[in-house]
Amino acid sequence: MIHFVLLLSRQGKVRLTKWYSPYSQKERTKVIHELSGLILARAPKLCNFVEWRGYKVVYRRYASLYFCMCIDADDNELEILEIIHHFVEILDRYFGSVCELDLIFNFHKAYYVLDEILIAGELQESSKKTVARLITAQLVETALMFNL
Amino acid sequence: MAATAAITTTSSPSLVDTLFQRSLDDVIRALRSSPSSASEETVISRALDEIRREIRSPDLDTKSVSLQKLTYLSSLHHLDLSWAAFHALELLPSPSLPHARIGYLAASLSFHPSSTELLPLATHQLRKHFAPSPANPPALAASALHLLALASSPDLGRHLASDLLPLLSSQSAASSSLRAKAVATALRTLAVCPDVAPVLFKPLVDCLSSSDPRTVSAAVGAFCELALAAPDPFPYLPLAPEFYRLLVDSRNNWVLIKVLKIFARLAPLEPRLASRILDPICQLLRRSHAKSLVFECIRTILSSLTDHEEAVRLAVDKVKEFLSSDDDPNLRYLGLRALSMLESAHPWVVEESREAVIKSLSDPDTNIRVESLHLIVGMLCESNVVEICNLLNKYAMKSDPEFANEIIGAMLVTCGKNLYELILDFDWYVALLGEMVRNPHCAKGEEIERQLVDIGLRVRDARPELVRVARDLLIDPALLGNPFLFRVLSASAWVSGEYVEFSRNPVELVEALLQPRINLLPSLIRAVYIQSVFKVMSFCFISFIEQIQAVELLSVGGSTQRSEKNDEQSDTVPLKTTESNVSEGDHGDTTADTVLLLDLIDKKTNFTRESISDLMNLIETAVAPLSECEEVEVQERARNVLGLLFTLRETQFWNIEAAHELKSDKELSEIIELLEAAFSEELGPVSANAQKRVSVPEGLNLNANLSDLSKILTDYDLTPSASISFSLQSYNPQETKEDSVLAVEPSSLLAEHRKRHGLYYLSTQRDGDELNDYPRANEPLLPVDHGDATEDLVKLTTPSLVPRKSKPTKPRPVVIRLDEGDGTSTSHLTTVKKSDNLLSEAIRGVLLENESQPSLSGKLDTSSKRRENDASDNSELISQQIESVTLEHGNSSSRKSRQHRTHKERYESHFKNEDIEKSSRHSIKSSRQHRRHKHRQRGDVTADIVPQTPAIQDFLL
Repeated sequence: MIHFVLLLSRQGKVRLTKWYSPYSQKERTKVIHELSGLILARAPKLCNFVEWRGYKVVYRRYASLYFCMCIDADDNELEILEIIHHFVEILDRYFGSVCELDLIFNFHKAYYVLDEILIAGELQESSKKTVARLITAQLVETALMFNL
Repeated sequence: MAATAAITTTSSPSLVDTLFQRSLDDVIRALRSSPSSASEETVISRALDEIRREIRSPDLDTKSVSLQKLTYLSSLHHLDLSWAAFHALELLPSPSLPHARIGYLAASLSFHPSSTELLPLATHQLRKHFAPSPANPPALAASALHLLALASSPDLGRHLASDLLPLLSSQSAASSSLRAKAVATALRTLAVCPDVAPVLFKPLVDCLSSSDPRTVSAAVGAFCELALAAPDPFPYLPLAPEFYRLLVDSRNNWVLIKVLKIFARLAPLEPRLASRILDPICQLLRRSHAKSLVFECIRTILSSLTDHEEAVRLAVDKVKEFLSSDDDPNLRYLGLRALSMLESAHPWVVEESREAVIKSLSDPDTNIRVESLHLIVGMLCESNVVEICNLLNKYAMKSDPEFANEIIGAMLVTCGKNLYELILDFDWYVALLGEMVRNPHCAKGEEIERQLVDIGLRVRDARPELVRVARDLLIDPALLGNPFLFRVLSASAWVSGEYVEFSRNPVELVEALLQPRINLLPSLIRAVYIQSVFKVMSFCFISFIEQIQAVELLSVGGSTQRSEKNDEQSDTVPLKTTESNVSEGDHGDTTADTVLLLDLIDKKTNFTRESISDLMNLIETAVAPLSECEEVEVQERARNVLGLLFTLRETQFWNIEAAHELKSDKELSEIIELLEAAFSEELGPVSANAQKRVSVPEGLNLNANLSDLSKILTDYDLTPSASISFSLQSYNPQETKEDSVLAVEPSSLLAEHRKRHGLYYLSTQRDGDELNDYPRANEPLLPVDHGDATEDLVKLTTPSLVPRKSKPTKPRPVVIRLDEGDGTSTSHLTTVKKSDNLLSEAIRGVLLENESQPSLSGKLDTSSKRRENDASDNSELISQQIESVTLEHGNSSSRKSRQHRTHKERYESHFKNEDIEKSSRHSIKSSRQHRRHKHRQRGDVTADIVPQTPAIQDFLL
């Protein structure tokens, strides 16, 4: 399963975190610190996997953001890369050419998108269209109820 | 969304602060405009103060906005959110969807099962949101599911399990996404609370055959998780037909990957299953273009189907393709990982890809280099260890510091394993250790120190070479500059002191040990140095005196009195003692050709009076200042040395003027004898159990008051841990300082940036499945001559990498054999052993109970058919089966009878499918014979597992 999802900027700033395994706040800070040191230091065009504390962290860089997911040692790394790509494409579709600022100012929406793809560390949906439609529907619904 | 400013209704101190609540956007802007991290801190703390005030507001808008701000700060700026948990719960019952969602978001980010006691308060609210009603929009139920999935505790799971049922079994298309979410939530609930398995497991199984792909995907994911986490996947075996159907029918790669993972777990349990899935997997392997799926097929074959030669062959071909993909480091890395899976079972595979493996040693990617290093080191055996280690060591010289240490560490661990079992030629190994130290990046000083001393103690024959290496290390001035190697120097000093008798030139040793630059060393190591000087000095004296005595002995020739003495003692006493005894007789005359004789006696340690007295002067000059040293260890040892020196000086021996008159002196001899006695006893390695062998003196009752402790101590493991900690990777957490530009840039700059870093952007028209298209790899980071080095390595290792079969001492890891009888017996052994796992126990209960009924009818059918074919053979088996089924049926409780009916129908329809699939009867016949055979064995071995097997059998064939 996926233990957590991290979005880091190239400067090491956290842009999104989602924890599917129980980590205390202190552990979370430590994990982020360790991993940003590990991943940001890697040169481009190396392989996208890092072994870390018996787990594997699969990361991929899009624009200025590193998308990282931590998985078990026997999980499929390439599949996770595909999931990351899937996530980015849905974000892109949803925000319309997504950039870092979109995620900063709409952090809750980024969470809703992620929640449509992953729940409890498991992949949920494999069609981009469906996810985008669902999220839009949800947000429209929300907006209606909020009388906006 | 909710980021609009809401007017607060609270009455609070400052008017401006409270009249308008700052929105989330305001906070984010304030944070982004703060120039330094210090000012960021103040912004955060100010925001936090506001939040603390606002969150208590009775107005839900104010509360939700402040909670949203807090959520933001907590998830991105590591603030603790737990204090606000109650406020998050307060928002859940709000009729407004945005409020509830903000509440759920905050709760799901902050709650986790062990840290909050507040969750029980949410039970009722969650239940309300799960209930299918028009008042609950899907988004709300989804959020509720999400929270339960992340934060479910055993209590919460138990209370809410039944509320998940309507969601799990809903058929409407509109709720399909909810159903998939409910599946994942049910999985989590099952994991924390196994006793809900009877409620949740059946609906989960039903989801596998759902028509909605989302649900199926989620269900397969859930079962994959369950089967992988279970210590014993046996209970999932009855579901194999469902998974097989998916394996054959599904076109979704992500589903197929999960199914393959499940089969990798199940196949070793059931040999017929393995041969059944082999074909579809090989087809996928040939057909699929998705690298992730191909890799999963490879992994499944290499981990669970290694007995099927053809499949392994196919997988290995694919692995080679991976290894040769120059433009994709991911594939190369995974290819090497796949090879290492086969390393023990099929060494020929590694042998075949030797060239690629060795080339990877110079890959720009550390991960790939480390993997290939492991593969190479894994191939070491007695016959090739010398060549490969020499090459690796040369390679380490040229590598970057981090990888050089990886290499050195790997060599040390492998060669030192099981008391150097791989090493035949210790002279070579000791020299290799010496060369490792010469590597300027070497930081493995501690392990090298340990091995140098250890070899000295354990391997007598290696000592001369050891002393030679130690001397070289001590003399080398470059080593004193590397703090990682101080420990090695300490070992060298100890070795050269302890085994100084093998040294060619002890005086040179003393010079090396006392060179001025040893001041750079830490005091403890200097203490070792001085102690070694002490040993070397006494050795020099001992040999010097012996020389004199020998000369005297020779010069006197054949005196009868002495020869009698000799005869008396030479049988029992070593030669040295005899000589010193002899010398007690006062024979003053010396011959003119003493020096010549001395040379004849002992070429190695040729001391003249001058050289000895020079030595003494040298020691005195160098050590005297240290006797005032502030470090007690150094001071104490320095004083010991000086003390000995002065004692020796005071003897009359030195007062004799004539240079040629070498005469033994009684006083001196006594001192020397004492010294010799002190150092002559050889130090050896001490067994960890040595203490046990010491006999207890009579009358001493060691256990008098300790008898109570014995119980506690029995568990304590006394065996020494010879494990050497060896970290696979150590990264420098250096952050790249280049560009710290933020995303806010003019569009022209942005375009240019995109052009340069196009790699990191989504391409405009590229499809998702082109994921594995990576640009060409960089130029290697390492110097250019690396290519040559690698080629050399490839060339030179060609003859030496023989398969590891020749390595007798390396234990083969346990590979589950797939021959019938063998495989099954292991499977039920594990079943019995690991039955304490709660979840699999519960699941097995659910599955087997459910299936006892249909399997009864199905079995009677098939077995009666079979009886026609070979009645005599089968009669025994059939009676056994019926017996077992009735036995099982009798066990099942009344609750299940209701469930049976539905299940029976489902499984019967399933049988029909299976029948269609079984168009080729030939293969089945043969496997049926296998089964018969196995059954007889099973009946012999254990009676209690029989009830389980028949239930599974019929689904498989």
